[in-house]
Amino acid sequence: MSNRVVITGLGVCAPNGIGLDEFTASMQEGISGIRYVPQLKELNFSCQIASKPIVNDAVLNKYFNSLELKGLQSTGIIYGVIAGSQAWSDAGLHPSEENRPDWDSGVVFGSGTLGVDKFHEAIHNIDKGQVRRLGSTAVAQTMSSGISAFLGGKLGCGNQVTSNSSACSTGTEALLMGYERIKNGQAKRMLVGSTSDSGPYVWGGFDALRILPRTYNNQPEKASRPMSASAAGLVPGSGAGALVLESLESALQRGANIYAEVLGGHVNSGGQRGEGSMTAPNSESVQRCIAQAVSNAGIETNDIDTINGHLTATTKDPVEISNWSQALGRSGKDFPFINSFKGHFGHCLAASGSIELVASILQMRENKFFGTVNCEDLHPEIEKWVHPSKIPTQTMDYSVQVLAKASFGFGDVNACTIFKRF
Amino acid sequence: MNENQKYDKLKAIISTYLPDDVSVDDIQMNSHFINELNINSAHLVDIVLDVEDEFDIMLENEDMEQMQTVKDALEIIDAKLA
Repeated sequence: MSNRVVITGLGVCAPNGIGLDEFTASMQEGISGIRYVPQLKELNFSCQIASKPIVNDAVLNKYFNSLELKGLQSTGIIYGVIAGSQAWSDAGLHPSEENRPDWDSGVVFGSGTLGVDKFHEAIHNIDKGQVRRLGSTAVAQTMSSGISAFLGGKLGCGNQVTSNSSACSTGTEALLMGYERIKNGQAKRMLVGSTSDSGPYVWGGFDALRILPRTYNNQPEKASRPMSASAAGLVPGSGAGALVLESLESALQRGANIYAEVLGGHVNSGGQRGEGSMTAPNSESVQRCIAQAVSNAGIETNDIDTINGHLTATTKDPVEISNWSQALGRSGKDFPFINSFKGHFGHCLAASGSIELVASILQMRENKFFGTVNCEDLHPEIEKWVHPSKIPTQTMDYSVQVLAKASFGFGDVNACTIFKRF
Repeated sequence: MNENQKYDKLKAIISTYLPDDVSVDDIQMNSHFINELNINSAHLVDIVLDVEDEFDIMLENEDMEQMQTVKDALEIIDAKLA
C-alpha cells in the first residue's frame, strides 16, 4: 500500500511575518526580519543582530489560554504552537472531540534545543537549593518533545506524536518523516514542522564559533548575504514553520485545498568522513542526497525547475551550488531557478527548513518565484556553475512546477525533498 | 486577615487553574480539587507555590498530600499562619 501525499495546510511564525498573509507579503517584497538586538551588545556578542518573530499579547491570547500562558517561557513552544495551530486551521481541520483522540492524525515537530529560558530559570532555582519551586511545567517546557507534546494535546492527535532533531535539517527531515508515515498507510494526516528558541543562550554558541557577521551591526537588513561575494556569515534566527501533510484520498474526501504534492525525498549523512566534519558537509554525501531524492521522487533531474537552497550566507555557499550542479548534471542557463530565503530572515537554525518550506510552497500559491535578498554581488565562484539570470534578486511572476528543497545540518546530515504543483 | 479574606484569596488562586468547563462559582468549601474541580494533578504543585507566595508560608510535601479539598487547604494555611 502506497498513498500519494499532498500538502493541505500551512502555518508560519517567522521573523518577517506571523501568518500566511503577512509572511507572503514580506517574502515577495524582500522585507527583512533581521534586527539589532541591544541585549546582545550588553552581553559582548560580536554579532549583535538576529531575527525573531514579533509576538505581541494579542497574538499570544489568540493561540493560548491564560493557564497555558502562566509561566510560559519556552519561545520555541510559543512559535511552534502558533505555526502548528495555523496550519491545522488552514487545512480546514479542527481539534478532535473532548473524549476521543483522532487516531489518524499525528505530529512530527522538531526542535534543536527547547525552552532554554525556562531551563535558565530552573537552573538558578536548583542551584539555590529551591528545586521545589520549579513549578509543574519545567519538564514539559524543556523536554525536546515539548513542542510536539503541546501541539498533540491541543489538537487531540492519536497517531504518532514525536519531535525529531537533526540540527538545521530538522524541519525538512520532519516533513519526510510525516510523508513516509502517510505513504505507508500508517496515518492519514501528519502535522510536520520545526521550531527554534530565540535568545542569547541559543545564539551564543554560534557567536563563539566566529561564524556570524561582525561588521553589520549598524545595518542589520544587509547582514545576511546568501550567494554573494561579500557574504560574511550566517545571521542567527528563530521561529517556526508548519505544514499539514495528508493522503490524497483523505484530502479529496474532505474537499481540502491542495497546495502541492510531496513526490519524495531522501535523508543521509556524510559520516563526518573525508571533508565532512561536525560542522562541515561532505560534498559527496550532499550530492548523493540530492540524487537519491530525485530518484525517490520518480522524476528526472531535468523536471526540476526551481530550487530553494540551504545557502546560509557563509563563504561555503559556492560549494553548495557546485553540489547542486553536479548532482543534477545541470549548469549555466540550463540550471533551475534557485533562491535562498536566509537574506530575508537569516538562519532560523532548527526552524530554518520548515519556515523555508512554507515560503517555497507559498510560491506555488502566489505564482511567484521569490527573489534572493542581498546577492546583487553574486559570488564569482557561483557564476562558474550557474548563469546569473537563474538567481533573481527580485520576485518574479513564475509558475513553479517541480521544486527541490534541501537543508543541511551540523553532524554532517542532509535532507532533500521534491514537490510538484498539484 | 479573617477567614473570608483567606477564602477569597484562595479562590482567586484556584480559579487560575480551573479547566474551561468549571466556573469560579463551582468552588465550594468542600470541593475536591481533582475529582470535583477537575484540576490537573500537576497544577496542584502550582497552587501550592501560589499559596506560599500569597500567604508568605512554606508547605511541606506532607501538607500537599493532605490538601485534597478547599477546606483542607484553608486548614493548612491556618495552621501555618498560627
